[in-house]
Amino acid sequence: MPLTYYLVLGAILFSLGVLGVLTRRNAIIIFLSIELMLNAVNLTFVALSNHVQNLDGQVFVFFVMIVAAAEVAVGLALIVAIFRLKETVYVDEINLMKW
Amino acid sequence: MQEILFFVLAAVAVLSALGMLLNKNPVYSVLLLIVTLFSIAGLYVLLNASFIAAVHLIVYAGAIMVLFLFVIMLLDIRADVEHINLKRLSRILALLATFIFLGETFLIIWMSLKGKAAFVGLGEGILGDVPSVGELLFTKYLLPFEIASVLLLVAIVGAIILAKRKLRPEPPAA
Amino acid sequence: MNTAIGTIDWIPVAPFIALSVLGFLIMIIGLFFPRIYRETLGTITLVGLAVTFFLILQNWGEPRYAFANTIVGDKFSTVFNGLFVVGAALTILLSLNSQENRYLLYADYFTVIVFATAGMVLMSAGTHLLTIFLGLETLSIALYVLAGFRRENAFSLESAFKYFLLGAFASGFLLYGIALIYGATGSADIQEVTRWIQQNSLTGSLMLPIGFLLLFVGLGFKLAIFPFHMWAPDVYQGAPTPISAFMATGSKAAAFAALLRVALSTQSYTAIAWEQVLWVIAVATMTIGNIIALRQDNIKRMLAYSSIAHAGYILIGFIANNELGHSGMLFYLLSYTFMNIGAFGVISYLSTAEHEFVTLGDVRGLAYRRPFAAIAMAVFMFSLAGIPPTAGFISKFYIFSAAVKAGYVWLVILGVINSMISLYYYLGVVVQMFMSAVEEKAPATATQQPAVALALVVSMFAVLGLGIFPSRWLAVFMEMARSFI
Repeated sequence: MPLTYYLVLGAILFSLGVLGVLTRRNAIIIFLSIELMLNAVNLTFVALSNHVQNLDGQVFVFFVMIVAAAEVAVGLALIVAIFRLKETVYVDEINLMKW
Repeated sequence: MQEILFFVLAAVAVLSALGMLLNKNPVYSVLLLIVTLFSIAGLYVLLNASFIAAVHLIVYAGAIMVLFLFVIMLLDIRADVEHINLKRLSRILALLATFIFLGETFLIIWMSLKGKAAFVGLGEGILGDVPSVGELLFTKYLLPFEIASVLLLVAIVGAIILAKRKLRPEPPAA
Repeated sequence: MNTAIGTIDWIPVAPFIALSVLGFLIMIIGLFFPRIYRETLGTITLVGLAVTFFLILQNWGEPRYAFANTIVGDKFSTVFNGLFVVGAALTILLSLNSQENRYLLYADYFTVIVFATAGMVLMSAGTHLLTIFLGLETLSIALYVLAGFRRENAFSLESAFKYFLLGAFASGFLLYGIALIYGATGSADIQEVTRWIQQNSLTGSLMLPIGFLLLFVGLGFKLAIFPFHMWAPDVYQGAPTPISAFMATGSKAAAFAALLRVALSTQSYTAIAWEQVLWVIAVATMTIGNIIALRQDNIKRMLAYSSIAHAGYILIGFIANNELGHSGMLFYLLSYTFMNIGAFGVISYLSTAEHEFVTLGDVRGLAYRRPFAAIAMAVFMFSLAGIPPTAGFISKFYIFSAAVKAGYVWLVILGVINSMISLYYYLGVVVQMFMSAVEEKAPATATQQPAVALALVVSMFAVLGLGIFPSRWLAVFMEMARSFI
């Protein structure tokens, strides 16, 4: 039953991404973990597309990639802007307001 | 054969993802994530999604990760001093959340063991090659495709606004 | 799969197209006329929004599906889209404070607001999870940029940054949910999913309920409901004031639109017996929002916590799950748009570039210095607190009576207790304005703000009008709620 394996792999990668977002302090690594989560979702989509035998899931993956690219453009621009102002990328040092 | 390939690729993906998480140096993290992305591309091929596999490599490994590396180099970010800290409450919640997700995986296993999940091997069933995915994109998903262009435009405008160094001279008031 | 150009029904997509064209237009005007007056830009935007509003109204009626069922024009989308466009127009008026927002008023700013509205329009009109997702992302990316628009200001950038990280994190959950729904039913088209649920059952496959759960978690982040509310205060405090108003009203309403569209079409939340979970979430959201709001000194931050609490009240209508509940949610969102934009508007009305007019100390004795602003603020505070004869009272009344009808008496009692707690901090602002003497070193307030004053007057009329003559609007919303069943 290889489909199960794919879904489990997707869930493990997604969990690793969540763990990274919640435990790391470096904004860039948090961002990388979010990318990992999106990739886990993409893998799940493609596996399920194979399971239900239509291509809609793969089209979804295509759009997720577009969104990921857009988010990366804006997110990295934000990181650069913050770094210029505060010389740090650690989320706990970017904290003027109570979190 | 396919199962062996799957396990090799899956092991590489999980191990390098773990490596990305635990590594102190952001540059290594990016490189390890690229390894994960490559093995995911291999899995896409196994799942008959050749178009997605190609786009995935071009967009993710080729463009997005290079952008990450570029920013890290540009800002000259050093390795973390303290990379994972499990003392704070939020970190414990993080572990909890992760365990919930792992629990969910077991639910999925349980579900599919009931004989519902089928799998179509390499080269069988419908294939996600360029013509068939392309046809869907320009018929059924025409509107989302156009929406995506607006989305990308917003992102371009936004990235320029945020990363521009100086504000323009302010526009006059009437 | 027949999408030959000649057969396309353009009316359902017309609002989205109009907003996209408007966004391009403003951007190009800004490119060729960099020295254009910002009032001119604002006026062009408002005219464009008026045209969009007209196009939105054409959708009122039987559902009209277009583009292979990815988008629909129906009563539901008409009502919500009208709300979004009105919210955007008021936001533009607030932004025309020429003394505070000098850094904001480039063509880019108006462009991004218009594109954000285009994203919202897709969230309420989308009948395919992909359309809804792309709408949500267009909205989110635009809001990240808007929140960080004052990029020389550390608070503004921090606000954008936190919003971005949590927003991207949340869309991961949302997508995972969509993936599981797709895997269980073989489609992400809401109609197909509904058909599948009718033929099989919702709990037949474990993947489907988990999928819906994750989808709602993703939307919960956008709604800022417990336990996903932590970002809201920081983001609202740091963002430019008109943008905070826009986020608290428009973006929240858009997330509710997507939630209602999915839940009402598929009837998914009744079948999985979410009521108990949602019950707890609603109570926790209200209570946490109100209790923490009690000890805020910064009015923007207080309004952020109050906006969390209001999301909790609106959830009560969702839990009640009857016609009055759904139309009450709409009524609440409409009133909330006016009273909240109004309250943020008063801050915008008084702030100068040197001093953001946000603390309780700033408003001390305001009634003697700026009576119009003080009266407007008082009206909005009364409405937020739910005191008759304002819109806030009527909306709470509808929502609570819907919940009583559905048998959730305890939920209503807790809601009423929460409203009483909230009286304390809303009236605290009013007391500061009317009862205290003016401080000697009070900072200068902005003067000559015709655009913001116009927004305040419109909002005051709406808040009182909805409060005194609610039945006409409720009838419209009831018709919308009925069209789903």
